[in-house]
Amino acid sequence: MNTPNTSGSSLESQAAKFEVDISSRYRTDSIFKTLTWLAISIALLVLATLIVDVLFDGLPFVNWDFLTNFPSRKPERAGLLSALAGTIWVMVTVAVIAFPLGVGAGIFLEEFAEDNWFTRAIEININNLAGVPSIIYGLLGLQVFVRVFGPNGWFYELTLAIKESVYQLLVEAFGNNSMLLQWVYGLLTDADGQITGVDITGGRSIITGGLTLALLVLPIVIVSTRESLRAVPDSLRLAGFALGATRWQVVRDQIMPMAFPGVLTGTILALSRAIGETAPLITIGALTFISFLPENLQSPFTVLPIQIYNWVSRPQKDFHDLAAGGIIVLLVVLLVMNSTAVLLRNKLQKRF
Amino acid sequence: MVNESAQIATEPALRAENLNVYYGSTLAVREVNLKIPKNKVVAFIGPSGCGKSTVLRCFNRMNDLIPTARVTGTISFQGTNLYAPSVDPVELRRRIGMVFQKPNPFPKSIYNNIAFGARINGYKGDMDELVEMSLRRAAIWDEVKDKLQESGLALSGGQQQRLCIARAIAIAPEIILMDEPCSALDPISTLKVEELIHELKQQYTIVIVTHNMQQASRVSDLTAFYNAEALEGGSKVGYLVEYDRTTSIFHNPAEKATQDYVSGRFG
Repeated sequence: MNTPNTSGSSLESQAAKFEVDISSRYRTDSIFKTLTWLAISIALLVLATLIVDVLFDGLPFVNWDFLTNFPSRKPERAGLLSALAGTIWVMVTVAVIAFPLGVGAGIFLEEFAEDNWFTRAIEININNLAGVPSIIYGLLGLQVFVRVFGPNGWFYELTLAIKESVYQLLVEAFGNNSMLLQWVYGLLTDADGQITGVDITGGRSIITGGLTLALLVLPIVIVSTRESLRAVPDSLRLAGFALGATRWQVVRDQIMPMAFPGVLTGTILALSRAIGETAPLITIGALTFISFLPENLQSPFTVLPIQIYNWVSRPQKDFHDLAAGGIIVLLVVLLVMNSTAVLLRNKLQKRF
Repeated sequence: MVNESAQIATEPALRAENLNVYYGSTLAVREVNLKIPKNKVVAFIGPSGCGKSTVLRCFNRMNDLIPTARVTGTISFQGTNLYAPSVDPVELRRRIGMVFQKPNPFPKSIYNNIAFGARINGYKGDMDELVEMSLRRAAIWDEVKDKLQESGLALSGGQQQRLCIARAIAIAPEIILMDEPCSALDPISTLKVEELIHELKQQYTIVIVTHNMQQASRVSDLTAFYNAEALEGGSKVGYLVEYDRTTSIFHNPAEKATQDYVSGRFG
């Protein structure tokens, strides 16, 4: 092996071995710049075509009547009031369920849980769940929320049996006419004086749809929460602990305020996904034609994507244009939701 | 070689006996025995990987936060073993504060940087007063008194580190641990922090890890020199080589390894 020569002449010969060729490197540079520019242009072009097409077809139909009418067989009288109301009800339900559960699970996994095989297994499963097709969640919702916890479901039968045996036991123990029995009987029966089981979801209802979509987006909320928490530097945690803070105090006062904007962004993305979902809601049996407004969480419902799907699948051209109008309304709802969250985030984000 | 006479002048604030620290199954530091006297500044010096920071983090049980870390032996603090089951690490860390290598103020106002520790530890006194007193003691009051509501992150690195020291002393600790507090600072900021350490030892016991030997000789009363030896299989284990008055360590060390290190022959 040659020992490297450190004299001047060798340094020159060493320098001569470099072929800088700056122009060809810049050429590669600009080729790549063009390619990436092309990629973004195609994406934007497709989006613009879609929006322009939808606006042309649908905009003439979007007016006050369209928003305040119920669906109808006659295109000129059809509106999407029930779908709009259903979407708002379901989205609020999803947010109320998925936000605390997802953020809580994310905080637990990132800040509190020990790193062992159990938490790693949970982690892998959550990441996999984020990729499960939404129709599978629809089947889950159908089985669990409609059949098990719905009217005349397994849970209904179970609670009915429990109530009846409690009643029987009391009759045997205290006789038919005791005060206690009167009082318990009042608790066990419905308005008609019948002993009934507990129907939690009411079947194909808003709460069923909300729970199903909440399960669908939960992995997204958890993963984005964890990522925002991971982005907070560890030095802040150590600083908190060194001052005698408990883990919860560190999370509440130092980590969450920094991670919150990211958590909120993740939740918005999750809700944006949920608002466009159709398949799982059709699977659980959300209706396609509803001419009344939801009254409570157990009401039947429809949502905007289902209404759009319903209109698109009709043969008449007018209904297709109504569908375009529905898409515009859906996009506006989405934009309003996202911008509210962005405003909220900017308000909460302290500039430090 | 540990010089007893140098250490027993005052009652020790901390006393480590047969301290071993493991990470997983690897021994990181072995058999450390030393006493930290009250109201003195003790410097830990030594080459990288010799375990001086590891030992420092045992004193307020920050090693508990590393899942694999395990400690054997005892550290006595006011007559109780820090690692006894009855000792709560959260309570302990209020009494033994810590300043880190990189300044790490919270992304909050200067005022809230100080108030956070007091608030979580249930401070009942006047918060404004406490903030002012802590900042004064950390010799940064004059620089920040007009901008207490501004971000702690807007300060220079040296100011941030003094803010972190103010934050540490706001919760009235008895001992302050400093893990290379000046290694990320420029010489002038370093000088200010060193002057501050000099002031603080009137009231606090200070243990400081440093890579800067001039700093050790300037600020400390006692110096502990740690070294590492390679084991079979490539891992290294740190141990305490020599612990004595700082003047002895730098001018008349008993061990050859100490002599070589302080004169710059290795490390």
